[in-house]
Amino acid sequence: MTLDPEQTSFLFGRLTLGALPLHEPILVATFAAVALGGLAVVAALTYYKLWGYLWREWITTVDHKRIGIMYIILALVMLLRGFSDAIMMRLQQAIAFNGSEGYLPPHHYDQIFTAHGVIMIFFVAMPLVTGLMNLVVPLQIGARDVSFPFLNNFSFWMTTGGAVLVMMSLFVGEFAQTGWLAYAPLSGSQFSPGVGVDYYIWALQVAGVGTLLSGVNLLATIVKMRAPGMTLMKMPVFTWTALCTNALIVASFPVLTGVLALLTLDRYVGTNFFTNELGGNPMMYVNLIWIWGHPEVYILILPAFGVFSEVVATFCRKRLFGYTSMVYATVVITILSYIVWLHHFFTMGSGASVNAFFGITTMIISIPTGAKIFNWLFTMYRGRIRFEVPMLWTIGFMLTFVVGGMTGVMLAVPPADFQFHNTLFLIAHFHNVIIGGVVFGMFAGIVYWFPKAFGFKLDPFWGKMSFWFWLVGFWVAFMPLYILGLMGVTRRLSRFEDPSLQIWFVIAAFGAVLIAFGILFFIVQLVVSFMRREQLRDLTGDPWDGRTLEWSTSSPPPAYNFAFTPVVYDHDAWWDMKKRGHERPLQGFHPIHMPKGTGAGAILSALCVAFGFAMIWHIWWLAAATFALTIIATIVHTFNYNRDFYIPAAEVAQTEGGRTRQLAGE
Amino acid sequence: MQAAHDAPLGEKPVFYVTDGHEHVHSGDSTALGFWVYLMSDCLIFAVLFATYGVLGRNFAAGPTPADLFDLPLVAINTAMLLFSSITYGFAMLAMEKGKQSSVLLWLGITGLFGAAFIGIELYEFSHLIHLGATPQRSAFLSSFFALVGTHGLHVTVGIIWLITLMVQVRRRGLGVESRRRLLCLSMFWHFLDVIWIGVFSFVYLMGVLQ
Amino acid sequence: MPRKILRLLALAPLAILLSGCKLVVMSPSGDVALQQRDLIVASTLLMLMIIVPVMALTVFFAWRYRQSNTKATYDPDWHHSTRLEVVIWAAPLAIVIVLGAMTWVSTHLLDPYRPLDRIDASRTVPEGTQPLVVEVVALDWKWLFIYPEQGIATVNELAAPVDRPITFHITSSSVMNSLSIPALAGQIYAMPGMQTKLHAVINHAGVYDGLSANYSGAGFSDMRFKFHGVSEAEFEQWVEQARASGNTLGRPEYTELERPTAREAVRRYATVAPDLFHAILNRCVDSTKMCADEMMRVDARGSMGHAGTYNVAVREGRDNGERGRGPAQTYVLAICTTSDPYGIRQTAAAQPTQQVN
Repeated sequence: MTLDPEQTSFLFGRLTLGALPLHEPILVATFAAVALGGLAVVAALTYYKLWGYLWREWITTVDHKRIGIMYIILALVMLLRGFSDAIMMRLQQAIAFNGSEGYLPPHHYDQIFTAHGVIMIFFVAMPLVTGLMNLVVPLQIGARDVSFPFLNNFSFWMTTGGAVLVMMSLFVGEFAQTGWLAYAPLSGSQFSPGVGVDYYIWALQVAGVGTLLSGVNLLATIVKMRAPGMTLMKMPVFTWTALCTNALIVASFPVLTGVLALLTLDRYVGTNFFTNELGGNPMMYVNLIWIWGHPEVYILILPAFGVFSEVVATFCRKRLFGYTSMVYATVVITILSYIVWLHHFFTMGSGASVNAFFGITTMIISIPTGAKIFNWLFTMYRGRIRFEVPMLWTIGFMLTFVVGGMTGVMLAVPPADFQFHNTLFLIAHFHNVIIGGVVFGMFAGIVYWFPKAFGFKLDPFWGKMSFWFWLVGFWVAFMPLYILGLMGVTRRLSRFEDPSLQIWFVIAAFGAVLIAFGILFFIVQLVVSFMRREQLRDLTGDPWDGRTLEWSTSSPPPAYNFAFTPVVYDHDAWWDMKKRGHERPLQGFHPIHMPKGTGAGAILSALCVAFGFAMIWHIWWLAAATFALTIIATIVHTFNYNRDFYIPAAEVAQTEGGRTRQLAGE
Repeated sequence: MQAAHDAPLGEKPVFYVTDGHEHVHSGDSTALGFWVYLMSDCLIFAVLFATYGVLGRNFAAGPTPADLFDLPLVAINTAMLLFSSITYGFAMLAMEKGKQSSVLLWLGITGLFGAAFIGIELYEFSHLIHLGATPQRSAFLSSFFALVGTHGLHVTVGIIWLITLMVQVRRRGLGVESRRRLLCLSMFWHFLDVIWIGVFSFVYLMGVLQ
Repeated sequence: MPRKILRLLALAPLAILLSGCKLVVMSPSGDVALQQRDLIVASTLLMLMIIVPVMALTVFFAWRYRQSNTKATYDPDWHHSTRLEVVIWAAPLAIVIVLGAMTWVSTHLLDPYRPLDRIDASRTVPEGTQPLVVEVVALDWKWLFIYPEQGIATVNELAAPVDRPITFHITSSSVMNSLSIPALAGQIYAMPGMQTKLHAVINHAGVYDGLSANYSGAGFSDMRFKFHGVSEAEFEQWVEQARASGNTLGRPEYTELERPTAREAVRRYATVAPDLFHAILNRCVDSTKMCADEMMRVDARGSMGHAGTYNVAVREGRDNGERGRGPAQTYVLAICTTSDPYGIRQTAAAQPTQQVN
């Protein structure tokens, strides 16, 4: 590294004032808006004296319900950023014709599409999924919390830490310009010497640790902490999908950690894993990243499938059709998701037999997926369907996702893929399944479980508005992309020469505007519901006449969830209890063992973020210092034995008494 | 708890655990959770092994395993690690018997063996680098250093953890917490031993045999 | 009703599809692309056999079993039917078996590495036909086409005679790209240090779009070229046009061409250094570098022992313009002999290099 062209100083590494985007008006304006908004929040917190509350009740909480809510808040905030990226891309692609360069030079446009993908997958979809699982699973299995409450808090803050690093790249330096998976050799130091790919790497590594630990946590929780009588085959379907999802997380995220670590070594140390010279092989990167990448998309979709199973059964007032085959289908999908990864690069020239094998395994996955759709369909059959907002999202999913599934199978035929690969047809396909499947599922889940989390329902009118704008907006935004793909248009282009394409991009941009309204109305829904919360109040804890155990608790549940652990005899345990006239015990409460909150998670994560920042900017002294501090802080934390306490029986009695009064209608 | 269908006619099933006994205890999940984490760690090693498998013959006209690997030294190294596993086993046996000072003694010896392993490995690495066989020289060397180096890093973390646990056992004795943590470290330590056997066979022995 | 609008929106693309307007994937001009099109249509129809009933049933059940329709049967505990389960699993399985068989066969028949055995649906390739060989290099951010038989080269312009099989040998100079001419045949990646192959034939004369289908950096959007399908006579004319340009593409010219630039105008070369593609593929255009195939041969024979730690040199990193300069690069020096003092392989018939597959 003797001819290193980098300008560095000891104190600041390669960070200079030039890293601030002072000459880019869009970024300056964004920063001003963010800074003002942030100041407003800080001012409000100070004025209402909420810092103590924030620290005690949210930052240091180990309560799975609070952590689940925080994940979802993180996801919704990042959705605004990721969606802004989308609108910017749609606008650029709608106008960059007839010699016009549009308003985004490649330097920016290429960061925007990379950031859009990274943010949507890692900081919107993953936190939504993790948040819902955190919020719901312990309640569904009759447990008081997850297996490792502190680890849960730490996982959340690590995920947030990754998001912080990505957001920082907007204002200090730049983000990667490689696409969301940062293929080598483009992402290597030779072709991307700047800080962009380093931001990418460290954001994902920090967030990845959080996700992996969360996977371990929920897996242990579901295996070990189920209520007595709840055998595996009596678990709610959402818990089953959570189990499979977390197994996938544990069995796939280490691969991401590994491949990113190897890329890091290539960039920082000059090794030759994925370089063009000295024996490196970029195809190895592609394989490894997709060995993680494919299970990742199943991590996203399986919980959505779980949500739909719960919602369909509840709002059709009918037992879910084919529980056993649902479970088997989920497990089969989980296992099969490991032997399809090559379909992401049929065009890399692996040979006909290899390509055909992976094409066929990909098609086979559509069989259990199709079985699930049929099972939901036949749950609706001879049910009594209430079109509450979660059910609308579900029906929207059933009509939208299947088209995405169809195009997926089309892409799975290698010779067809040779035409479709990396075209807008591909983009349309995966947005079809991710929006139609994951996003719709997460919205369904949020609306469904919102009353449980906060004690009041969401306003149905604005919920329906949000739904319709999302549904129509999605179709208007992405159907043109299928057509453009069939016209041979490839992805990631920032300008075009063929004017006949423009109309389709304009239609797609209009669709994006419709989706923007969908998001806006969702926010309106939140605000209006908060303002009208007394009218929307859930007093019973069971606003939908639900079937699973979470609906047996108050809304919101007390910190300890269940004063007495429930005993389970059948599927749909709560429905079973209601049918057979259970009675809530009103006395005989015992003290409840609870874990204590701690700031260690937030502090450790902050140190990791600082370490990431130092590594990105080559500020070696800071990197060493934060690394050492992280180790020390971890060790110090292990000396903290004061991690739990007991809620006295009297307090439990008081809380339960309050609920009794609420149920009696006072 | 009776099953619902066992309840005599007319009698309602019991829907709540009212006897005050904690159904699950904190700490029940620790062994399973740590094991699952360990398997995920194993996956990282799998990635490194796979990378070595694919790139391990790309010498870029540079030195090969036959040129570089000092098998007698590696044999000593391996012995250090294997002994350390045995001594950790003794520590666990002493823990079962509740003999705190024995536990501390065997842990200390384990740590010394581990430190010897790391010391020898660092010597090996510095020698290779001194020869010009740096991680940057070829894909083979990159994957060699990554795999063996990652293992060494894990052992180092294990030693730090071991020292921390020794302090904690000394201060608080062999309570439930300490036992759980010793069990986790035990899994970790033996796991690293198994990985090393893979490294030793797949990288060193097979490398030299080409 | 909003759902009716939805159905219409869903059918609209289908209508356009059938009209075939400018959907190049649906109306291609090369035989390989045509067969790919047929596969797409077949798989779509097979999938529609499941999708359409599912969507119809969804809408129908949602409407019929709505809460306000008290006439509909309500069977809240019906949750299992073995017969139905069998159908649910068997119907998609049947479709997948058919599609799977089609996949296996077509993937082998349409393997880009497989030489063509037919010119179109009615004609096979005549005995003794020599395919037109084109060597393709994806540069930043333009395409270089070398015609070894004709001894010419072009930048950002490709031509081939109609109904003559073409064999592309493809590599990249820097990062992963993808050679894509949708009207002709599907794409295949262009990768540095590796050679991929594509066999295709153009059946109709015309001018077709070519592009890179894998993002490769700042100038990616401009990596376009025109592919001209022409008669044999016009092809000869086109070759002559290149010869008339008088430009030489030797190693120095290529090194200049390799620098990152975008929006390159069409350029033509009358002569090409005979071993240039081999050098590009093996990353030894700089003749002081050891070629990759040589390196692999050396490695296969046990490499160079401890001397292998000394045979390296360092040069400055790549200039990526706005994106900065890469770090210093180490490379292995070519082996010099008295008969070959610059370490350049002089034999024209260089061995095939590290092929993908």
